[in-house]
Amino acid sequence: MALTREQIAQRVAQEVQDGFYVNLGIGIPTLVSNYIPDGIEVSLQSENGLLGMGRFPTEDEVDADMINAGKQTVTLNKGAAIFSSAESFAMIRGGHVDLTVLGAFEVDQQGDIASYMIPGKLIKGMGGAMDLVAGAENIICTMTHADRHGNSKLLPKCTLPLTGMACIHRIVTDLAYVEIHDGKFVLKERAPGVSVEEIVSKTAGEMVVEGDIPEMKLA
Amino acid sequence: MAGLDKVVGSYEEAMAGLEDGMTIIAGGFGLCGIPENLIAQIKKTGVKDLTIVSNNCGVDGFGLGILLEDKQVKKMVSSYVGENKLFEQQLLAGELEVELTPQGTLAEKMRAAGAGIPAFYTATGYGTEIAKGKDTREFNGRPYVLEESIKGDFAIVKAWKADRHGNAIYRLAAQNFNPMAATAGKITVMEVEEIVEPGELPVDQIHTPGIYVDRLIQGTFEKRIEQRTVRPS
Repeated sequence: MALTREQIAQRVAQEVQDGFYVNLGIGIPTLVSNYIPDGIEVSLQSENGLLGMGRFPTEDEVDADMINAGKQTVTLNKGAAIFSSAESFAMIRGGHVDLTVLGAFEVDQQGDIASYMIPGKLIKGMGGAMDLVAGAENIICTMTHADRHGNSKLLPKCTLPLTGMACIHRIVTDLAYVEIHDGKFVLKERAPGVSVEEIVSKTAGEMVVEGDIPEMKLA
Repeated sequence: MAGLDKVVGSYEEAMAGLEDGMTIIAGGFGLCGIPENLIAQIKKTGVKDLTIVSNNCGVDGFGLGILLEDKQVKKMVSSYVGENKLFEQQLLAGELEVELTPQGTLAEKMRAAGAGIPAFYTATGYGTEIAKGKDTREFNGRPYVLEESIKGDFAIVKAWKADRHGNAIYRLAAQNFNPMAATAGKITVMEVEEIVEPGELPVDQIHTPGIYVDRLIQGTFEKRIEQRTVRPS
């Protein structure tokens, strides 16, 4: 069975370590914060200038001056910090964020990512995504393995305008956990009940399959 | 105005000298921390062919979005736009130009302008459409793109409190682009929720030193919320 959005988030959350500073993109990445295991302390970075982002506010706590990068009202956790956009991107570009999780339209086997623009559709912009992929060492990309017409999103070469070059090394899809090494996709784990054959058939790029591929462990 | 006192008496005075074709750097992220009354004053003046450098372009009927209503904007330099229908219409009709700029690069372009740095290298955008036509250079085996700083004829910013000298403090996430924008204007206009006397603000908590601020005015703010997300109490 293909993973749900929540299960993708659950798998990504297993990569979060105690003491990490983490930037979560919009969509599935945001859900990751719901699955961070007990006993692990992390600080969520939001690129409009927050470290230590907390939950949504109650109606009484809503404050127009307190939003996240998705422009949603949020709260702060104890020990949070607020700073300017330049400072925020200094920590992003400077490689100080331990883990970045973001979505994509396409990833190719060189690690190129396309996530912000579909020609012919309205272009809204890249926001902070280009800075995030350029600055982070440790990025996990989340997406469905194929689009709703069955076209693979793991490609030999991205077809859409790039967000960044050679920056993605890890992908969690609804079918698999995949790494990128030496210009090839490498299958590491499969979603429970999903066969290696199905994953390979839905991967347009070159996929290395070595030995037994274990099923993901989801709580 | 006298000496170091930056306080002006009206919004007309605050934006005096703004002309057609000028470049305006604006603070704010989404609708958070935007100089909403200064924007309203720009609308009132009716100046046209503006280039506006701001992370976003407001929404229909609020923030920078209102400057689209009378087609006052020629070009937007932003990282994320299209939260408004008018913007989309004018863009598709070719009446409006957009220069999409990565968010961190945009912040740094403002910061660099204010700091007297004409350009800087960043890895952001290398190998993408953003880098087309720009110089690139390798440092320690990694390619970087040369990005030029961006200065405004005016900068418009919003802070929480300032003393009459323009020493200012921002509140919570309403800080965002405002401190960099404040440094990047030939004329920087700041509006605040409260003006206090010099000496009343803690000197070591100032975000924007008054040296950057040319004109200061106290306003009242609607502070519209773009996405009101709440949890049950």
